[in-house]
Amino acid sequence: MSASLTLVVVMAVLYAVGVFMLLERSMTRVLLGFLLVGNATNLLILIVSGRPGVAPFFGDEGTFADPLPQAFILTSIVITFGVSAFLMALIYRSWRLANADVVHDDSEDIEVGRRTAAIAMERAVAGDDTEFGTRAAAAVADALDLAEQERKEDEASVNEQLRMQASHTESDGAEHDTTEEGK
Amino acid sequence: MSSLIPLLVLLPLLGAAVALTQAKRPRVQVLISVTVLSAVLVLGIALLVYVDASGTIAVELGGWDAPFGIVLVVDRLAALLLVVSAAVLLAVLVFSVGQGLADGDKETPVSIYYPTYLILAAGVFNAFLAGDLFNLYVSFEILLVASFVLITVGGTELRIRAGTVYIVVSLVSSALFLAAIAMIYGATGTVNIAQLSVRLAELPSDTQLTLHVMLLVAFGIKAAVFPLSFWLPDSYPMAPAPVTAVFAGLLTKIGVYAIMRTEMTIFAGDDLNIAILVVAALTMIVGILGAVAQSDIKRLLSFTLVSHIGYMLFGIGLGTAAGLSAAIYYIVHHITVQTTLFLATGLVERQGGTTGINRLGGMLKANPFVGILFFIPLLNLGGIPPFSGFLGKLALFEAGAQEGSELAWVLIGSGALVSLLTLYALIRAWSLTFWRHTDEVAGYENPLPANDTMGESIEVKTARSIPRIMVGATVAMVALSVTLTVLAAPLFDLSTRAGDNITGPGYYVTTVFPGGSE
Repeated sequence: MSASLTLVVVMAVLYAVGVFMLLERSMTRVLLGFLLVGNATNLLILIVSGRPGVAPFFGDEGTFADPLPQAFILTSIVITFGVSAFLMALIYRSWRLANADVVHDDSEDIEVGRRTAAIAMERAVAGDDTEFGTRAAAAVADALDLAEQERKEDEASVNEQLRMQASHTESDGAEHDTTEEGK
Repeated sequence: MSSLIPLLVLLPLLGAAVALTQAKRPRVQVLISVTVLSAVLVLGIALLVYVDASGTIAVELGGWDAPFGIVLVVDRLAALLLVVSAAVLLAVLVFSVGQGLADGDKETPVSIYYPTYLILAAGVFNAFLAGDLFNLYVSFEILLVASFVLITVGGTELRIRAGTVYIVVSLVSSALFLAAIAMIYGATGTVNIAQLSVRLAELPSDTQLTLHVMLLVAFGIKAAVFPLSFWLPDSYPMAPAPVTAVFAGLLTKIGVYAIMRTEMTIFAGDDLNIAILVVAALTMIVGILGAVAQSDIKRLLSFTLVSHIGYMLFGIGLGTAAGLSAAIYYIVHHITVQTTLFLATGLVERQGGTTGINRLGGMLKANPFVGILFFIPLLNLGGIPPFSGFLGKLALFEAGAQEGSELAWVLIGSGALVSLLTLYALIRAWSLTFWRHTDEVAGYENPLPANDTMGESIEVKTARSIPRIMVGATVAMVALSVTLTVLAAPLFDLSTRAGDNITGPGYYVTTVFPGGSE
């Protein structure tokens, strides 16, 4: 089987650029990347379908191009078209909601990260006999680039709750001796 | 009988079209959807009985002969999975009807929910029936596009974010799959699975390996196999409860089914079996370690889902008839149980207002029935005898011991460990959610500083009533999962026969495309 070098080069470039754009955070670029990768794949099907330049089902005998890859390409173009319409709707919705089309980090992942930071802080505090207590260990949380302001607000609200619930939780208080109570 | 087979795909598609015209009458849409899925279920059962008695049926659509036209194939494996998925789809549909009616359609707000659900069903059924790779690709696209709509239904910010991850990853896997099909076509000149199994064997082994790996990676993303499973726990939990349930039950299993077909029929040699076994062990262990760390029931279940894909790969990787039969039984068990657990979580969410383990408590007192509905599939998934989870794992371990290699023993060990860890993670979630007193939750020191414990605990106390339809659908699923245990012997015999059918390509090729070997 012989293939046109131009097609192969174009396909390779489309794949490369497409993959690069798929890895972006901006959804619009992801969409463009998806379109490029889709077209690169269509070209790949065209390349493997054999020598170009012959009509499918031409004449009774002799050479004619394989019509099946062309059917594949048509199907895949239609699918790409439908999916990109959906993606554009998604991007528009994302823009309406957040005024941005970037993909944010997963909130649960951030929470798990925070919990890890909180445990690390607790461990650091446990072996800490200075008067600074939790505040001295706050640098650990900062090292993980967590919003300092948010943490302070959380501590304030938790402390407030603790005061309100003090009567309920006297028995449990000893068990759950954590950083906020330490303050 | 064979002329009925296209109906399995046509009925849901036509149902979706008719349902779309009834956009303003949700009750008519519900009626259409339930009727269509019930019809498919009945048809599927009839086909299963017929195929089991008289062998595989292959239908050539549109009057084109096998290598050129589209072939639909119903063998025992396809028919069995078809019946189970139709049952699960029906139960989840009923559950979402209950939820939709009770919430004033807040969760399923739009007239496109039921049509999209039917299109998803059509994609699922078509994937099981596909007799050529390109048709398999098209059915993947059908179900993926439907799932894109379902996972972002309502269009809230969280769902858009979660949906984006899911959509981009799915699109990449589809592009890979299509590229693999292109290369396979270039190398062999066919996409018919039966003909491929003959022609691919004639290729040089390194070409075979390249094509094999490409297909496996594409299917591995869909099946959420370990290094490619990162997207699943990120995206599934955000969708509405019934959507998550049906995704968790069915979509990854279609990836596993595709891997099974690839391994057994297209690439019948065992050149990648060791790699599959290693990946299976990693999937099990890494998945379950993720589950243990979670503080949200839906996320926890998503991680157990990833982990238990490893068991099915274990059976496939063994490559023996016993391993395959066990894997088939395990797929059937897992589709049912995982869906049931997600439905029960939907009930918990409805009752408690959240699925965060740290924010729930006293659920057993508030609604003991939900506690039981969660507990039975939990024991089942964890592999407690005599449930089907135990039987499936036992069959897998037996098949592994029969094969007897060191790697198989490592997998048996990690399988047992993962089963215990599954039980640990789920029991922990259950006892914190159901057994703990609400007072303990209120005084509970939340390790996550970001959570406003007060607001959530108020929500916990205001128990909402659960619609009977939702409970009824969950009860039906629990009953189905228990039935898998009660009817384990005939079911296991059936999956043994199905496994024998697909061990080695010979039977498939001779029944689907007798001329394929020429």
